[in-house]
Amino acid sequence: MAQSGRREPAPAGDICAHRRCTLGYSFRDATLIPHLALPHPGRTAVRMNATSGHHVLPVSRLGDLFSALRSAGWNLAGPRIRDGAIVYDELETAADLPAGWTDEQAPGKYGLKKRGDGALFGYVVGPHSWKKYLFPPTVRMWSATKTADGMEVEVPQPAAPPTAFIGVRACELAAIAVQDKVFLGSGFVDPVYKARRDNIFLVAVNCGQAGGTCFCSSMNTGPKARGGFDIALTEILEDGHRFLLESGSERGERLVALLAAPAASDADRSAADAAVARAVSMMGRTMETSGVKELLQRNYEHPRWDHVAARCLACTNCTMVCPTCFCSTVEDVPNLSLDRSDHVRTWDSCFTSDFSYIHGGSVRPSVKSRYRQWMVHKLSTWHDQFASSGCVGCGRCITWCPTGIDITEEVREIRASDGANT
Amino acid sequence: MKKPPVRKKPRLAVFKFASCDGCQLSLLSCEDELLAVAGAVEIANFLEASRAVVKGPYDVTLVEGSITTPHDAERILEVRAQSKFLVTIGACATAGGIQALRNFGDVKEFTSLVYARPDYISTLATSTPIASHVKVDYELRGCPVSKANLLELLSSLLHGRRPNIREHSVCLECKKRGTVCVMVAHGTPCLGPVTHDGCGAICPAFHRGCYGCFGPQETANTSSLAAAWTRMGSTGEDLTRAFRTYNASAEPFRREGDAHARPG
Repeated sequence: MAQSGRREPAPAGDICAHRRCTLGYSFRDATLIPHLALPHPGRTAVRMNATSGHHVLPVSRLGDLFSALRSAGWNLAGPRIRDGAIVYDELETAADLPAGWTDEQAPGKYGLKKRGDGALFGYVVGPHSWKKYLFPPTVRMWSATKTADGMEVEVPQPAAPPTAFIGVRACELAAIAVQDKVFLGSGFVDPVYKARRDNIFLVAVNCGQAGGTCFCSSMNTGPKARGGFDIALTEILEDGHRFLLESGSERGERLVALLAAPAASDADRSAADAAVARAVSMMGRTMETSGVKELLQRNYEHPRWDHVAARCLACTNCTMVCPTCFCSTVEDVPNLSLDRSDHVRTWDSCFTSDFSYIHGGSVRPSVKSRYRQWMVHKLSTWHDQFASSGCVGCGRCITWCPTGIDITEEVREIRASDGANT
Repeated sequence: MKKPPVRKKPRLAVFKFASCDGCQLSLLSCEDELLAVAGAVEIANFLEASRAVVKGPYDVTLVEGSITTPHDAERILEVRAQSKFLVTIGACATAGGIQALRNFGDVKEFTSLVYARPDYISTLATSTPIASHVKVDYELRGCPVSKANLLELLSSLLHGRRPNIREHSVCLECKKRGTVCVMVAHGTPCLGPVTHDGCGAICPAFHRGCYGCFGPQETANTSSLAAAWTRMGSTGEDLTRAFRTYNASAEPFRREGDAHARPG
């Protein structure tokens, strides 16, 4: 998105000449960061085959990473405390991070607690996911205005504020990869998603602990980020609070170089490995995934669906917090004088009856059929549609279900009585 | 849905039964859109807005309030007879309102305690929604109705299309707003999961549980929510109080309120 407010007159040649750069870096900006090193918005990440070594950054210098990104034109979004939870919101400085806090999660339960140390990323994922930035809850797609001889359609340029996502967990990178397939990979490219996706910088954080509803190990998505990021951090708390830095793209590597962080020692690397190993050992839940695709497809009439329907509120919370759920509906919102109508896209859920409404009624009138549809799609038919699971093991659907329905438990129960019939 | 009137400027009437006038006032609260409303319809009968009354029949009639007296039970038949398209607005008209709490008590006993001359009071034993008395073409929920829903309804009637008013839970709106779930994160009992959206999820945004102003959502699993409240420490009395407010007589709420009520 053009940031005309930042633009100021500068001699030609001092402004970034990159074809897609819309920021118009001025001479002053360019003196802050060597021009060629700018990991600035508008430049697509170039994935690297291998990372070129690890670096180490003391916690006191995390602010430098934030300022480098900000000076390059990125808005920062990341974890911060609001209303008793760690949500994703705008960050100004590293001081906005939830230092010394952790979260406790269980089915239908979430709470914050002091850790007793100064960890900046000592918690797991909260109620928000990055989906809200890439696939906004409500967006105007186009508007039609009546004219003397017909109508005029106006399609707004998709807004894509350059945003650096700070603290993206491995399961969330996996979720973004899943949504990439949905919105970019099918041959029908979603312009809203694409504009936003092209304008993010991904700072991943490898988890040093796991939550009570986490099961990324089972889904093979974490807790260590294996790719799809610009930079990955591992927080080390023992023997000096510091971060192990790893770049995952060319621009990530430039940023690391810019920070002039020293190379990591063997001790740094093994401390980071130990942090990730700790997360693996703390995984709150597990899901046996072998054959789950077929398991669910041969158990459409299993009595467990009635059991879950008795508890399911059809409130849509699981689908809203799920970082891969991508359903939406469109609404036409005409004005009262009947000369203009906005075409608006908004999040929808397979748990509403409108969702499957076709002429004559809703295809899935019962809550049982809706839960079954959601879970079978997520774990089974998603493989047919997108060649991967739709579940990344983040555990949000378990934590944020007001009645604590646990997808890992539902799989376990169906597997335990495979073939049972109502 | 019945096809709306074809007249260029449809005649709009607003009638009040047992209610607080809040829903009618939502129409006046439209402020920015009020002129557009006045331009799109002929306001034929709307005592909150004008003393000038044009006789029926009316193309679109908005009915606020519930039926609580023998006189009103007669009057609604006349209103129906004068109306091509009748829409009930608000919890009173669609579910009996807060005054439907009388349905769970003894009205004679109440009147004997409240009034010096209870024999002057002519009232029914129950407060009932308009749809229990006459055919209703559309029900707009809420205590009070939302301005956005009201405008959408009028717009849909003018276009001759189905109103785009969804019947899902309040939770969906909370999540779209990015509100942190008060039930999961704070342990605050909330009716949001069983309540019809329409308010845009206001209360949880202010750290309060949903009060259920819009009544039951399309598939309200009240017993599962009641079990969750009980696990959080709510008593049967809490549950009955929660389900017996503005929509106490709406069926799923009535059933759940009764299930936890003390006998007698």
